[in-house]
Amino acid sequence: MIEIRRLIEIRRIFTHVEDVHHEFGPVAAVPLRRGSIGVVLTNPFAGRYVADILPMMEALNPLGSTMAHRLRAAMDVPVERIESYGKGAIIGSAGELEHGALWHVPGGYAMRELLGWKGDRAAYMKGQGEDKSGQPGNGLSIVPSTKKVGGPGTSLDVPMTHINAAYVRSHFDAIEVRVPGAPAADELVFVLAMGTGARIHARVGGLKAADIAKWDGLR
Amino acid sequence: MSAKIRKIVVQVDEIHIEMNRPVVPPTRRALAMAVIDNPYAGRFVEQLDELVAIGEELGALLGGKCVQALGIEPGQAQSYGKAAIVGEAGELEHAAAILHPKMGAPLRAEVEKGAALVPSSKKRGGLGTTIDVPLGHKDAAYVRSHFDAMEARIGDAPRANEIVVAIVVTDSGRPLPRIGGLQVADIKGEDGLR
Repeated sequence: MIEIRRLIEIRRIFTHVEDVHHEFGPVAAVPLRRGSIGVVLTNPFAGRYVADILPMMEALNPLGSTMAHRLRAAMDVPVERIESYGKGAIIGSAGELEHGALWHVPGGYAMRELLGWKGDRAAYMKGQGEDKSGQPGNGLSIVPSTKKVGGPGTSLDVPMTHINAAYVRSHFDAIEVRVPGAPAADELVFVLAMGTGARIHARVGGLKAADIAKWDGLR
Repeated sequence: MSAKIRKIVVQVDEIHIEMNRPVVPPTRRALAMAVIDNPYAGRFVEQLDELVAIGEELGALLGGKCVQALGIEPGQAQSYGKAAIVGEAGELEHAAAILHPKMGAPLRAEVEKGAALVPSSKKRGGLGTTIDVPLGHKDAAYVRSHFDAMEARIGDAPRANEIVVAIVVTDSGRPLPRIGGLQVADIKGEDGLR
């Protein structure tokens, strides 16, 4: 029997946008806006061990871009206002953690490219490092992530850090992402998150965004 | 805006495939929530006027945010619902003051018409409490394809002195409705029931 299965089958899309005005301190002139998008897919590898899952990573690239654009549109802010990002995955119980790892490249690089990163995704996929040349571009830093296997309604805390310098202390953050009722056992939830600024009353010092100087994705 | 708002959350849930069948067009539900200070937290107050006024403001604000998030004309809205979670230092009646006296009219203005009672739920809870917002067709409560509910939850709300207020607007019913009953096409939409 020949089984022809499309690798990418979108079942559901869940967007979340929040505006934080204060946390019992001074009300921010411009609220911090954070957003997440969760795309619920059929897991084509559910229920069995498949050694070569890389074709799915390739197939996910366009979806990563689409979801990054959709998230920005849902947040209704220009690209220039995005200062932090993160990504994640929740794998349904008939899958394995490694299926969630398929999202690292398509999800992460899609957001970085949306924000103006001009690197070489193909080189990265071959395991080659990037030439972080000190250009003051955007999307220089690694997109932090979490992933887990869970049942329907599992909550995932998605870490977020500054898009150009991971060590910017005011931007260390996390956003809870949860799609009620998902994932079912044969589903995957892939998540992207973006934010427009620092934590609302950030005041514990450290590297400031204004002081980024090395442009190496760290400082 | 007299409400002191800490946070506003807007979520959109789109279903494209259900039980391996395409849902065309996808069903879409929008949820807008506000986390507000409870001006009466910790004490008994007879007249809950401030909360009544806040309910009126939030009906417009949150209803409008749902319609905007769905990207639809107001007249394309199909069902609605509302809910509130009162923090530990409040009482259930605080939720009632927000939801029932004055929230309806501005919410209905955001979705046009709205002959039907807006279904609602309320509870008291701590941070991360989930409340299921009941939904029904906005012009005819008996439309069976539109009986539904949407989960509402904010991880860090409500604090003891806060209230979470939630409104849901949809542009559709359930994804694969097939259990009969009053159909959208057959509603008169005058008495709010049929």
